[in-house]
Amino acid sequence: MNNASNGKYAAEAHDLNIYYGSFQAARDINLLIERQKITALIGPSGCGKSTVLRAFNRMNDLIPSARTTGDVHFHGKNIYDRDVDAVEVRRRVGMVFQKPNPFPKSIYENIAWGARVNGFKGNVDDLVEESLRGAALWDEVKDKLRQSGYSLSGGQQQRLCIARAIAIKPDIILMDEPCSALDPIATLRIEELMKALTRQYTIIIVTHNMQQAARVSDYTAFFTVKDDRTGYLEEFGATKEMFTSPQSQVTEDYITGRFG
Amino acid sequence: MQKDISKAAAPGIKAEIDLRRRPRRGEQIIQSTLWLCGLLSVLITVGIVVVLFFDALAFFGLDEVTLAEFFTGTAWQPKILQFGLFPLFNATVLTSAIGLLVAVPLGLMIAIYLSEYASPRARNLLKPTMEILAGVPTVVFGYFALNFITPILQGVFGRDVVEIFNVASAGIVIGILIIPTISSMSEDALSATPRALREGAYALGATRLETAVRVVLPAAISGIAAAVIVGMARAVGETMVVAIAAGAGPRNFSAWGDALSGLSFLNPFKAAETMTGHMVRISGGDLSYDSIDYNSIFAIGMMLFLMTMMLNLISRWIVRRFREEY
Repeated sequence: MNNASNGKYAAEAHDLNIYYGSFQAARDINLLIERQKITALIGPSGCGKSTVLRAFNRMNDLIPSARTTGDVHFHGKNIYDRDVDAVEVRRRVGMVFQKPNPFPKSIYENIAWGARVNGFKGNVDDLVEESLRGAALWDEVKDKLRQSGYSLSGGQQQRLCIARAIAIKPDIILMDEPCSALDPIATLRIEELMKALTRQYTIIIVTHNMQQAARVSDYTAFFTVKDDRTGYLEEFGATKEMFTSPQSQVTEDYITGRFG
Repeated sequence: MQKDISKAAAPGIKAEIDLRRRPRRGEQIIQSTLWLCGLLSVLITVGIVVVLFFDALAFFGLDEVTLAEFFTGTAWQPKILQFGLFPLFNATVLTSAIGLLVAVPLGLMIAIYLSEYASPRARNLLKPTMEILAGVPTVVFGYFALNFITPILQGVFGRDVVEIFNVASAGIVIGILIIPTISSMSEDALSATPRALREGAYALGATRLETAVRVVLPAAISGIAAAVIVGMARAVGETMVVAIAAGAGPRNFSAWGDALSGLSFLNPFKAAETMTGHMVRISGGDLSYDSIDYNSIFAIGMMLFLMTMMLNLISRWIVRRFREEY
């Protein structure tokens, strides 16, 4: 689906500032999200990385006090322009959450639901199979598609949520600490899955886990808190370089585990 | 003696530790009082059922009464010893059904609005207003039906169609009466569904309406069903409104053919006395103890009790069958 021919980047954030009431959660963020790559957002708790992630599909709109200035360019348009429909943005920028949140419906319905609300007209059975295969879950659930999504283990639920996200064929998938509620084996499977997904999708992931960022991501953005003020983008670049020769002292201290 | 030792122990020096049970009078009194309160509510319930049952039994034991007539007869005329429950039962079902037809859609829409759409300011204004509505005495609602709704119905459908006392206006007002119950309980159920479910739906590009109706509502269905059950029980048991506005005499039929012809038993614009309405009317007069009229009240009351109990069981079953558990 990455056929919009506007070059190298799937999305670009320019001078992004996000406020919750009078509290500023992100300051002058500039990020270029490369197509079919994984960009990791890392940083200590409360540094604003999840807020920035949620700016890419306008999820912050759901918080009544949230206010965003600056641009997020996507398909040649600023998604914060007045004439942009947040629902349309979310149909193209999927999201996977920290805690697996399947719908209290069958495994099949979990996949079919999103497609249906998006007016999917094709063969739903095929879509369900294709999406579950895409999320490396098909073999485990193919005989129990009518069972509740909640009958699955935590890791399976999270892959179901990924399957649900890719069923609507988004351009970008946002992942907000997708492995923080999972055990190491389930985490590994999700990480392998993420790498496989980059064949078709662009991924932005928030993670607390430094090793995870180093393992899976191509680019890393390091956010930090300074003097009790949150939401600074300290450093942004290729993951390899950042983890071997960070530009900033703060980044080095963080990735070597001196704080955070 | 133990007390003396601990008192004598100087700070810093380990007193002998006493682990023996201590009598705690206050605790014991509170505990037994609370237990008695619990027991009292159980006893009252059992007492009511027992009284209902025995007086109903006395009624059915009379020579003038047969169970067959009670359940299949089409006229309730104690004066000439006709005891067919159908006219009263039918009126109760009609008023309750009309009430639910009004209250369930409206109450649900209000609940969805309050939980999914309303700004905190709107909610803070609307919820207390609804609670005031719930506090209006039902006798006021009764005259509201008679003096306000009935004239409107007569204006819309014509005076020759709509009688002054009619089932429709009583049913509509019962609906208004139970809206606060249904909407506030449903709103609680909707608000209690996890935020994560909503976010999951929004992140798939669902609109507010799709999220509310196709994710939040099904997830909250057991709470909503509970709200509807409570509303239904109130509608079936509602007395004042139907006594004032629905009619002061059973809508009797000479035979089943009479009742079914043109479905006249369903006509909402004619008067009909409900089970509760009948009970309150005949017990208001000079009713002598142990007369056949007196005993018939208990038989009707017993039926009301069984009806609400059945509704409860059926709804519970439905909820268990269709629940989406999260």
